[in-house]
Amino acid sequence: MRVYFDNAATTPVSETAKKAMLRILEDVPGNPSSLHTFGQEAARELALAREKCALALGCTPKEIYFTSGGSEADNQAIRSGAYAGAKKGKHRLISTAIEHHAVLHTLDALKAEGFEVVLLPVDPDSGIISLQDLENALTPDTAFVTIMLANNEIGSIQPVKEAAAICKKHGVPIHTDAVQAVGHIAVNVKDLGVDALSLSGHKFHGPKGVGVLYAKTGFPLTPLIQGGTQERNRRAGTENIPGIVGMAAAIEEAVGEIENEMPHICAMRDRIIHELSALDKCRLNGDPVLRLPNNVNFCFEGLEGESLLLLLDAKGIAASSGSACTSGSLDPSHVLLALGLPHEIAHGSLRITLSRYTTEEEVDYLLEVLPPIVAQLREMSPVW
Amino acid sequence: MAFAYTEKVMDHFINPRNVGEIDNPDGVGEVGNAKCGDIMKVFLRVEEGILTDVKFKTFGCASAIATSSMATEMIKGKPIAEALALTNKAVAEALDGLPPVKMHCSVLAEDAVKMAIKNYYDTHGINYDAALFAGLEEEDDHGDLIMED
Repeated sequence: MRVYFDNAATTPVSETAKKAMLRILEDVPGNPSSLHTFGQEAARELALAREKCALALGCTPKEIYFTSGGSEADNQAIRSGAYAGAKKGKHRLISTAIEHHAVLHTLDALKAEGFEVVLLPVDPDSGIISLQDLENALTPDTAFVTIMLANNEIGSIQPVKEAAAICKKHGVPIHTDAVQAVGHIAVNVKDLGVDALSLSGHKFHGPKGVGVLYAKTGFPLTPLIQGGTQERNRRAGTENIPGIVGMAAAIEEAVGEIENEMPHICAMRDRIIHELSALDKCRLNGDPVLRLPNNVNFCFEGLEGESLLLLLDAKGIAASSGSACTSGSLDPSHVLLALGLPHEIAHGSLRITLSRYTTEEEVDYLLEVLPPIVAQLREMSPVW
Repeated sequence: MAFAYTEKVMDHFINPRNVGEIDNPDGVGEVGNAKCGDIMKVFLRVEEGILTDVKFKTFGCASAIATSSMATEMIKGKPIAEALALTNKAVAEALDGLPPVKMHCSVLAEDAVKMAIKNYYDTHGINYDAALFAGLEEEDDHGDLIMED
């Protein structure tokens, strides 16, 4: 049996998205910037895709900027917000300790440029920030706030709507990295009240290498890439039409199916959490309720995550871990450390992420295979 | 980070040899620490200068388990002098190589074997040249062996 439980890393492309992309590859060869009919056909496809994305997020098409993915969208939103603040003499940037590296590394780079970066801590049990901490961190010097909507490792959902209301009160723009959230939980930019939002096509069964930066009308975007008038002068480069059209088809499908699909995915998630919780000395990371419908993240004491991952892989199960060995450094995941977990516990983490294609039989198989592997590794561990 | 393990590493990881403990061992050595993500413990049975049995317990990644397995295979049945000559490089080579970021696991295996032999000497009142085990105690933090990537 070959089972894919790593949907937070990437998702398989849906039939709908694949068909939409093939149609472009076969029938729409033009460049949307060209004035001739070939070009205008491509421009129409681009406009239609933009409308679909706008509809899915609850904004206007003019507020949608296509990017190469979530990381680019995060980079551009944060740099834009920081530089706009700097023009007004503001240099404080506020974020959280559990952001994706696309956010954290951009903040590091801005810190080197002279900005002050404040990372809000999260609650050890829920993995959720405190709004009071945000309120306290918002000084008159604050240029920009960025808070992820849902965490990629532990699935915890942040109170972004409430955070945006607080930011608005202080006159500070806010961005949210919604890469893991869109297509999995309801996301409406007007309802959230954010000024900018990032998403990535391949997290909801669209293609890789394409994403969206939503920027509210009036939010000043600084281009990261120069060289053309595409995306209303905010992002140069010939548009990835097959990717964009595929992503638009995928977002329309995913957002449209949230209410149908998620209860079943949530039920499978909760079954996994329930059964794994019965194992000795393990803990669920992240909030049991305020978490992504498809995310399970456990730490198992006495074993190391990479071994767990590879033994699962040998049984045909693809999952993920935040151990140091899988991150390529001596330190385990910054998200798990931000929960206050000691290194030795954080090394034993396992992330299982589901999708609409996950079946009960696959969950049965996981629950049959995983406990003996945990026991086997603990059996050979000198610290168990 | 992405890397591929050799078939031999995967074989020794999935079917590790010599896993377990020895009751009343003649020598025991433990190196590494849980904070860094790997601990290796080696147990020895010594009869007339020969390592007649070797077992290990390891907390760590696939390469930590594979190097423990290979290192114990390489010294089992051998005279102590030969086991003392075991190098991390030889263990890694016997596994057809390790990814650069995992070379520290082979160092851990060499050190665990040496610690166990030192423990055997210490507990059996056998005199030895301290230079044989120089630097062993400070190897816990093997951060300098990790390659940046």
